[in-house]
Amino acid sequence: MDLNTIWFLLVGVLIAGYAILDGFDLGTGVLHLFTRDERERRVMMNAIGPVWDGNEVWLLTGGGALFAAFPPVYASVFSGFYLAFMLLLVALILRAVSFEFRAKVESQGWRRAWEIAFGVGSAVPALLYGVAVGNVLRGLEMDATGVSTTLLGLLNPFALLIGVLGLAMFVLHGATYLALKCEGALQERMRRTASVAWTLFIGLYAVSTASAYAVSPYLFERWFSNPLTWIFFALLLASCIGGPIAVRASRFGRAFVASAAATVSIIALAAEGLYPRLVPVRPDLAASLTIYNASSTPRTLTTMLIIALVGMPLVLIYTILIYRAFRGKTVITSESY
Amino acid sequence: MNVVLLSRIQFALTIGFHFLFPPLTIGLAWLLVMIEWRGWRRNDPTWVRMGRFFSKILALTFAVGVATGIVMEFQFGTNWAVYSKFVGDIFGAPLAAEGVLAFFLESGFLGLYLFGRGRVSKGAHWFSILMVAVGSTVSAFWILVANSWQQTPAGYVVENGRAELTSFSAAVFNPSTLPRFFHTVDAALIAGAFLVAGVAAYLLRKDKEDGLARAALRLAIVFGLVVSILELFPFGHIHARQVAHTQPEKFAAIEGLYSSQSAAPMVLFAYPVTPPPQLKAKVEIRGVLSWMAFGDINAPIRGITDFPPENRPPLWLTFVSFHNMVVLGLYFIAAMAWGTWQLRRGRLYEGRRFLMLLIVSIPLPLAACQLGWMAAEVGRQPWIVYGLLRTSDAVSTSVPAGDVLFSLILFGLLYLLLGCLYVYLLVREIRHGPPAPVTAQA
Repeated sequence: MDLNTIWFLLVGVLIAGYAILDGFDLGTGVLHLFTRDERERRVMMNAIGPVWDGNEVWLLTGGGALFAAFPPVYASVFSGFYLAFMLLLVALILRAVSFEFRAKVESQGWRRAWEIAFGVGSAVPALLYGVAVGNVLRGLEMDATGVSTTLLGLLNPFALLIGVLGLAMFVLHGATYLALKCEGALQERMRRTASVAWTLFIGLYAVSTASAYAVSPYLFERWFSNPLTWIFFALLLASCIGGPIAVRASRFGRAFVASAAATVSIIALAAEGLYPRLVPVRPDLAASLTIYNASSTPRTLTTMLIIALVGMPLVLIYTILIYRAFRGKTVITSESY
Repeated sequence: MNVVLLSRIQFALTIGFHFLFPPLTIGLAWLLVMIEWRGWRRNDPTWVRMGRFFSKILALTFAVGVATGIVMEFQFGTNWAVYSKFVGDIFGAPLAAEGVLAFFLESGFLGLYLFGRGRVSKGAHWFSILMVAVGSTVSAFWILVANSWQQTPAGYVVENGRAELTSFSAAVFNPSTLPRFFHTVDAALIAGAFLVAGVAAYLLRKDKEDGLARAALRLAIVFGLVVSILELFPFGHIHARQVAHTQPEKFAAIEGLYSSQSAAPMVLFAYPVTPPPQLKAKVEIRGVLSWMAFGDINAPIRGITDFPPENRPPLWLTFVSFHNMVVLGLYFIAAMAWGTWQLRRGRLYEGRRFLMLLIVSIPLPLAACQLGWMAAEVGRQPWIVYGLLRTSDAVSTSVPAGDVLFSLILFGLLYLLLGCLYVYLLVREIRHGPPAPVTAQA
């Protein structure tokens, strides 16, 4: 395996790590918009309170890694999606401050305002990530100055479909996490939500895959001959069967593993279709940005690999330790938001 | 307005606003390391409550810092695509390293610190604030590596239309990295000291929490004196010398040296006017600048008119921001020295006017940070990477001016809201005071 492929994998790992960790935070944020009871909303926010910030670091590190390993991709995609990106940033900013701000003032209107900020600040990214992925899978139009797509051009039917798929995935993952962390009526409601979300997710994934075949057949060129496809497809299939069963049986630990595995599988399957391209260019596919023509120098890739190999195991160890400290059901204490 | 100017304004706004919060976070985190240590090791309820009180301020500050920091990670790509492609091979690595080696550490352990009291052992709880302090400082290191490389690029060759890495260690430890790291992190410690001192002074004036406030004030004043002195000498001095040696245009601009001369004077006060570049109402001491920068009172120093006009940084803003930063730095030493003197005489807690001075001084270190940052970044102009790439050639070519104007207005309004809310909530938290003593065991 060459260095460029290793970095393709590492960026993929960061994106997948972000999707399964911050994924349940985003899902929690969306679900919390539809909860009428103030006490329940507080439990939901506190279920992710101690960990969401660390989870979001996966996004920042993923952005940094993309910049370091594939600068032209970082530059052209981010500038190409300019207005969508600004919208995303505003949403993430509102979400990030909503926890602290909400907790500081004991007024109903104030709290409600920051709850909405938290919910909308989660829903917008949950939708936009999929829209961005959809556009990349579909291929971008580029000219000499960079990506030449307008905001409305980004909201094409295929990208919106992938956006909705992403939203369903985050909601499924969030509902499963909440069922794991909560008790009583809220847990039961989240159980039922997760059950419905599984059906939606499976249906949307089937439609998305068929649409992707129609929109971007090149994604499937080597798909069927690659053994990894079958491995991840088997994992996806196992999660889609085991997940709903675990939800029905109220085995939420297993259900969480299943929704995480489903998330990882669909990201891996999409990445595999793209490989070795990073940004397909339409209509001239030969002009695509690939892991070879858009990479940093071998020296930078090697240096960064050393930093990643030293740093990431440490990150994983203390992240696990921190999660262990907060394991069990969420309880509201004097330290809570 | 064109895309370059709009993008520059947006960058200045977003990073300037962001840069209010990390210095407070770093300074406060290190002070909390000391406060929590004392609370834990001596099992002293006063210090434990002090830790809880200031940890709420840390949480609020950290939240706004994180929120506004997200923009920074992506803005190079959205607004400065040409720059990103040109420097990505070198500049991306420190940003990624910051994520892997610092952001995970500070964010993960902040959650444990804020929510883990009582859940984990006291030692582990102290360790978590230590990791927040270490993480935020390591984060400062990597972001300063990236920024210092823009100031004094090293360890690269320009090939294939971009800067390519030849030596990672030379790029990381480029000539300005360490001088700027120590100068900036020490500035953060000063910001933390003045925050704790000001808050303690407020509590004393309100006759609230006498024991806790006195202990906090004592710590902040003594710590503040040490870090304020260090900021001038050696850190400020070393940094200024480095600029003199590596970025002569910037040095001439910030010092107000407009014509080349030997025995160059140190300008204490002046009002810069352009064009032609000149200083009005100048007060200066001959030879001091040459001596400070090159160790010889007769050393020649190049003035700004020695450089072609297209390579000169803006003169007014660099001179004014740098000199005001120095004035503030001297004020920090004076204020903390006076406080330490009063402490020795046993009059610190009663001097109501001095306590008031400490309260109004809370934002001044942040003002000094902003001024220093302006001197550093405006002094680098017209280059985005000194000597290699001009700022005017670095923006995203595919983004229309209207889009940037829209996002600029959006961020302007959002940050105005966030700034007001932060100040409102901070004042509220301080007024609310430390948590009530717990009778059994906190």
